[in-house]
Parts: sequence; structure tokens; C-alpha cells
Amino acid sequence: MSGEPAYVPKSRLAKWFESRLPVGGLIHSSFVVFPNPRNLNYWWTFGGILSFMLVAQIVTGVVLAMHYTPHSSLAFASIEHIMRDVNYGWLLRYAHANGASTFFLALYIHMFRGMYYGSYKAPREVLWLLGVIIFFLAIATAFTGYVLPWGQMSFWGATVITSLFSAIPLVGDSITTWLWGGYAVDNATLNRFFSLHYLLPFMIAGVVVLHIWALHVHGSNNPAGIEKKSAKDTLPFHPYFTVKDGFALVCFLAFFAWFVFYVPNYLSNADNYIEANPLLTPVHIVPEWYYLPFYAILRSIPSKLGGTAAMFASVFIIAFLPWLDTSKVKSAAYRPLYRVFFWLFVACAVLLGYMGSQPPEGVYVIAARFLTVYYFLYFLAILPLLGRFERPKPLPPSICDAVLSKPDQAAAADAN
Amino acid sequence: MAASTIAEEPNRRDFLYVATGAMGAVGAGFAAWPLIDQMNPDATTLAASSAEVDIANIAEGQIATVKWRGKPIFISHRSQKEIATARAVPLSELRDPATDESRVQKPEWLILIGICTHLGCVPLKNDGPYEGGYFCPCHGSVYDASGRIRYGPAPYNLALPPYKFASDTKVTIGQ
Repeated sequence: MSGEPAYVPKSRLAKWFESRLPVGGLIHSSFVVFPNPRNLNYWWTFGGILSFMLVAQIVTGVVLAMHYTPHSSLAFASIEHIMRDVNYGWLLRYAHANGASTFFLALYIHMFRGMYYGSYKAPREVLWLLGVIIFFLAIATAFTGYVLPWGQMSFWGATVITSLFSAIPLVGDSITTWLWGGYAVDNATLNRFFSLHYLLPFMIAGVVVLHIWALHVHGSNNPAGIEKKSAKDTLPFHPYFTVKDGFALVCFLAFFAWFVFYVPNYLSNADNYIEANPLLTPVHIVPEWYYLPFYAILRSIPSKLGGTAAMFASVFIIAFLPWLDTSKVKSAAYRPLYRVFFWLFVACAVLLGYMGSQPPEGVYVIAARFLTVYYFLYFLAILPLLGRFERPKPLPPSICDAVLSKPDQAAAADAN
Repeated sequence: MAASTIAEEPNRRDFLYVATGAMGAVGAGFAAWPLIDQMNPDATTLAASSAEVDIANIAEGQIATVKWRGKPIFISHRSQKEIATARAVPLSELRDPATDESRVQKPEWLILIGICTHLGCVPLKNDGPYEGGYFCPCHGSVYDASGRIRYGPAPYNLALPPYKFASDTKVTIGQ
């Protein structure tokens, strides 16, 4: 939007620099005067939280790499060396390991927020797609990172997940051999996973830049799900949203610090403190919690190729949301039926996670199958049909009206 | 007009554009191949491709594990009863039909790659409902005394490594 004050460099040095690289103007227009919808709630603070966590992961990761040895005979010992000998090594490793978990927690909240308020709809489809690419890259980054400590779960998690590719007809075995660099997960695999684990976060950072660029073309969606129309609908990014994001970040970091300092191993698996043994599989292989819903979908289908295909489909289908949801109304606050199905979907995803953590037998498999059916029905049947049959509530004429008229505000707040 | 004649019949210049582009693509492919192929097993991995095992000490009913190419190899000294049971199974009952005869060189010695064909876990030996059989704890695949998949998610029988008997008590696994 035009009308916000332009950046005027004050000192001679700033003027000299700005005329050669106008980065001050870019920051000023993007993060100082940028007009945000005035009704953004705290669910909109997770983008900032995720940016911070990404930087924190890169910083702790680069430092950990100074002490870690990516060799199958030394990796496990080098992790213990970090924990016991390196100054503050325990803190850096616990911050990095729990940072991955909290990154995914914030990522899932961020994604569910986008789904609840229809943030993926026109004109923000490319913004959503870039976010889905970040999600894929985050999955790959966390997976390669989990292999590095070379414990039993590292080794067997790597074996199970890379073996998924052997389900591909004809070329499957050649692909797994190529991924491993041998005939089983071994030193070559560990080495390349370390290389990729170092590379991928920087690719994430690159896509985050594109994500924010795409975000700033049309600006943030908002709880009312209608576009900003006049200056009355917006507030400048600074100080209103820098302070709001900052406060949310501090609260989130308090939660993160509780994990790091009080329950640093709560989310990890005790088996990973046993060094990798290629001849002995742990009795119960469980992935990290953030993969569990997808793992449950993999196991709920009693066929190797079918299960693998369903698991990949359950991740890729998220990219198609902008075209599967046929409703023109964005926010669930004005979609009474969608709201019910959405919360059922959230419950479905959480329950799938629980099923994925349980042994694959009896009632858990049956329940996981029903949940898998709902997971796919939500995308392939409920969302396409709901747009036709649902009667949405009347939308407010503007964001300003949505904020100032109490009943509508109650409806929007009711959403949370 | 010049533009319409170009659109109607491709001329020498169009041919040169396409030929140059095609050569560029082929060159990019050749340049990419070393970057892709470096991830395949290297010379040291390929060299360590055979292992000699002394089987004199494996008692009847016992299943030993040795390592070959980083993988566990099961060497099962089967009893006459296990052999007879495995051979009595009709092929129609099997998911991946194979006779027991086709899976051994000597009936009492069954040599398998000890990796579940589902997602690569190591099955437990002498476990599961079949005597002398295998059970994978990860996702519940059950193999019989011939290493054939009987039920569970695994699609195929336990694979057989290449091997030959160097003598009555020595076996060479690999080429």
C-alpha cells in the first residue's frame, strides 16, 4: 500500500550507502511502516517465532559441528564428548535437539492457523506452496540430523526410512543402495547425511526469504479473512507487531527453556543412548514425535508399496489445499460447518500421532485405519464439497468494522 | 511478413538453436553424472564383498549370524523335522511362492540375508509361530523355517546371498 512514510537516510554515510544499496529502505518498508491488518491475533506470531528458531538452530548447529565427528566409529563417542567435555556442550546439544522439536511444534501451529483462517486461498497460493516446501525441507533436515548421534534409533530410523524407497517398483533397490553408498546404512551414509544436514537449513533460510517476499505482496491474512481496504484497517509493523511478536517469542522461549533445562530428554528415545548396532534391531522403533502421524498412516496400510505411497501422499496433499478447498470465504469464523470438520481434523492428526507411538497391533491398527480414512477424506471429499453446500455467515464490510462491532469480534474471538 | 514465414517453416537458424540447446543438455547430463555416481558404493565397499565362515561349530537347531557387506547373514543348521515341515507346505499357501529346495544348496544349511523385506529391520531368529522360523519385531512380519514370508506386511521371502561351500565345514559368502 502507498501512503506510509518513506525511508529518509539522515547521516551522510547513510545517504551515500542508500544510493548504492537501498537496503535501509527495504527494511523500513518491510518491517517498520509495513501496514499489517490491525486484528491479527497471537496465532499470527508463530512466523516470527519460527524465524528466530531457525536462526537459533543454525547457530547452535554450526557450533556443534566444530566438535562432532561424522564417522561411524567415532560419531557416538563425539556426542558424549560434547555432552561431558566441551564447554557448555550439554547446553548447546540440548538446545539444538529440543530446538528441532519446538521448531516443529511452532511449524504445526503455524500451518493449522493457516488452515483455520484459510490463509492459503487466493491471492496467497504461492505463499502457501513456499511454506509447504519449507515443511518438506524441515522434515529432511530433522531426519538427517537425527541420524548423526549414531545411536540405535538413529541407525534403525535411517534404515527404515531409506528402505521406504525400496518399495518403488524396478529401481527401488538401486535407489536405496545409492542413498546408502553401500549395501546397508554405514559410514558412507552417515557422512552424506552430515553434509546434507549442514546444507538443508541454509536452503530453508533461502525459501524463508521467498516466503516473506510472497507474504509482503498482499500482506498477512487476518482472523476476519477479508483483505485490507483502507488505512483504517491497518497498523504499522513497528511498534505494534514488533512488540506483539516479541512478547509471544519471549513466552515461547520460556517454554523452550523449560524443555532444555528441566526435561531435556523427555522427547528423545532412551535407545538412542545405545551405540548403533547393525546386527540388532530395537524391539520397538519409533520416530521423533513430529513424524508420528505420518508413520501411523504408513503402518495402517497392510502393503509395503501402498503404505509408503499413502505416507508420501499424506504429506504432499497439503500442497494442494488452495485448490481442494472450494469455499470463497477464508476464515473459519464465518464458516460454521468447516469449523467443526477442521477441529475434527486437528483431533484426527493428534490421534494419528498417538497411534504412531503405539505398537502396530490390535486396536491401534484398526483405529489408525479409521483416522487415515478421515485424514484423506478431509482433503479429497469434505473440503471440495463443503464449499458448495455450506452457507457461510455474512462477512463484515471491512477489517475495521470486524474489530469495532462487538458481535462480530465475538464471533472471530470465538474461533480460538 | 518475416515473422509468419519463421512460424510456418523452420529454417537453418531454428535448427541451430535446437541443436545447440540439445548439445548443452547432453553436456549438462555428462557433467552431472559424476556428482550423482559418487554416491554409489565405493571401491572399498565393493572389495569387501566376500566372507569365509566356519560352520563346523553351528549345532543342529542353531542359527548363527555373521556380517557380510555390513548386513547380517543368518546361517541356519536345520533339523530334519524343520526341513520336512518346510517342504510339506503347498506353494498355494505362500505369498512369494518358492519351494524349500530352491532356497538351499544342502537341505540342512539355510543361508539367508537377515534383513526383513518390509523396511529393513533384523528379524529375531528361532522366533514366531514357525519352528526354526523368524519374526520381525518392527512391524510383525513372520517367516517360516525356509525364510519364506507367511504373514505380516513384508512382500517377499528373506533374500538369499550368493554363497558356495568351500568344503563340508567352510562356506564362502559373496562372489
